[in-house]
Amino acid sequence: MTESNTVTPVKEIDDKGILKGVEQLTPEKIESTILQVLKDETGAKLKVYVDTCVHCAMCSEGCHFFLSMDRDPKYSPAAKVKQTLWEIIKKKGKVSPEFIKNAAVVAFTQCNLCKRCAMYCPFGIDIAYVISVMRRICHKLGVVPLYIQDTAHSHSVSMNQMWVKDDEWIDTLMWQEEEAQEDIENLRIPLDKEGADIFYSVIGPEPKFRAQLIYQAAVIMNAAGENWTMPSMPGWDNSDMCMYIGDYEMMERLKKEHFECAANLRAKRIVMGECGHAFRSVYDMGNRALGWRMPPVEVVHAIEYYNELFENKKIKIKHKFDRPVTLHDPCNIVRGRGLHEMSRNVVRATCETFIEMTPNREHNYCCSAGGGVINCGPPFKNARVASGKEKAQQLLAAKAKGAEVVIAPCHNCHGGLEDIIHSFGVDMELKFLGDIIYEILDLPEKEE
Amino acid sequence: MYSHYEFVTGPFAWMAFLIFIFGSIYRFYSLYKLARKKDGAVFEYMDLKFALRSIGHWLTPFGSRSMKLNPSMTVVTFLFHISLFLVPIFVFGHVVLWKENFDISWFTLPNIVADIMTLIVICSCAFFLWRRIKLPEVRYLTTVGDYVILLIVAAPFITGFWAYHQFPGFAAITIIHIISGEIMLIAIPFTKLFHMFTFPFTRGYIGSEFGGIRMAKDW
Repeated sequence: MTESNTVTPVKEIDDKGILKGVEQLTPEKIESTILQVLKDETGAKLKVYVDTCVHCAMCSEGCHFFLSMDRDPKYSPAAKVKQTLWEIIKKKGKVSPEFIKNAAVVAFTQCNLCKRCAMYCPFGIDIAYVISVMRRICHKLGVVPLYIQDTAHSHSVSMNQMWVKDDEWIDTLMWQEEEAQEDIENLRIPLDKEGADIFYSVIGPEPKFRAQLIYQAAVIMNAAGENWTMPSMPGWDNSDMCMYIGDYEMMERLKKEHFECAANLRAKRIVMGECGHAFRSVYDMGNRALGWRMPPVEVVHAIEYYNELFENKKIKIKHKFDRPVTLHDPCNIVRGRGLHEMSRNVVRATCETFIEMTPNREHNYCCSAGGGVINCGPPFKNARVASGKEKAQQLLAAKAKGAEVVIAPCHNCHGGLEDIIHSFGVDMELKFLGDIIYEILDLPEKEE
Repeated sequence: MYSHYEFVTGPFAWMAFLIFIFGSIYRFYSLYKLARKKDGAVFEYMDLKFALRSIGHWLTPFGSRSMKLNPSMTVVTFLFHISLFLVPIFVFGHVVLWKENFDISWFTLPNIVADIMTLIVICSCAFFLWRRIKLPEVRYLTTVGDYVILLIVAAPFITGFWAYHQFPGFAAITIIHIISGEIMLIAIPFTKLFHMFTFPFTRGYIGSEFGGIRMAKDW
């Protein structure tokens, strides 16, 4: 296979964000924008990475795109740098609009920024960082896939990813509170409570599409007897598509809003739902952009929080989940925060049979949806799902060992795995850790 | 012929060593200065313990999953780099020159060992060349410069082997051997060969990030 036919050729992409953006480019604008980004925003790190790479292609084995596309050389991590920053640096920014078009497709839709390749490069070159620089250039040139740009617009207008209006947010919380009262009488989702131990934040898509997750979280918090709160005002959304399009100014605003929201309520710490990219945003990129070495308010990911619940015996379960499960390790909280042993602790505490998929932990294959790729929407869906072939095989191997349920503690992973499971006929059920805990939670008898 | 020999072992050798040393120092200094100005976070997250942990794993043969997946590359790369580093410094013919010119000397490799290691370097270069031509993912990345570097590295060893065994024309080959070695020295600060100096830093940095912040392995 020389030319990949599983991916839409770049000439035929149907994405108005990229196509219209490219139409407006001139060679002068491209050059001055690139030089500005390279000169003002990058330094020795980028230079050393690009100069040190000896073109050995050892990174290829690290990339699920490369493996899924039948080892098409265009998809190796270094090849993506070749199609973007190498050329740009070599030509000192004198590249054509056509080049930018291809570079945008590569940077936004053929790399999940999962950093797996950094573990396969003998030099530990962080290719995800280089690709992020390319995205930053594209953002400044106004060449960004339409769908993800729309979510970024939503962020800048409403401070959440999904155009959720302020009153809709409160309404959703109250609705979920009511639903959860079916399980626990007098259950509350305390809004804007000052000095709570836990400030619970979620991503925009939760109130929009997966509101039941909020009610499940409320039930778990109540069962554990937590002193917790959720904010009624903007700052409730911890997600961040601006980070992925390279709009770092907006990323900073979003993270500031989020941290300040928690700080204003004098919350002891932030607990966040099962999301990966939001964690990257608060723990890695957003805090750094704001000048914080570590997040200014302690941020605890749901996995870490659940692990605490079981370690401190704060919740009881009726019985263990009885169907055999396997566990997917999301990049941003495993390669990003080493939560893989904690997630296994939780799985062992809640499930009867646990079957590892291989490779696992830091070496797990990406869901192909992360890094904003799924957010680039329908124009790139087929290519995205095709690049999950390796993942599908990994899932099928776990299924052959008996696994029936895939636990994926990340929203993006859920989206990606759902598509992979359907397209490749994997036929496994997909769950969050919270789904499992909610299902087996031992709740006090309700007085009728 | 004799005056050529004098030139390449005299002024040209001095120049090669000076360019190598000062060129490398300059490269380093300018990168350090740029990093101080632009990449403050790198210094913030650099952590000696985790840097060494990562470097240690990657300097251990088959110490990473990446190496286990590419056994032939791993074996060749380790033997190649060890030989490439040891032979020029410890081969008897070179130590003698240091002794004669500066009256300093050190341990020397037995001739047969140096000979085998030289062959290892030459065969490794052939392997790398084969990889570049044959494997699609490597070929896609390969530039003319990559072939030139391979030649720059292989040449001193091919000519050294030739001269040592006194194959036909070895007198002229000796001159070429010296020149090619000097070219390699000069090339180090200005080409991809500089990776020998950046390796501890790129590896150390990702090791620090993974170890200290991401709390994950990077091998």
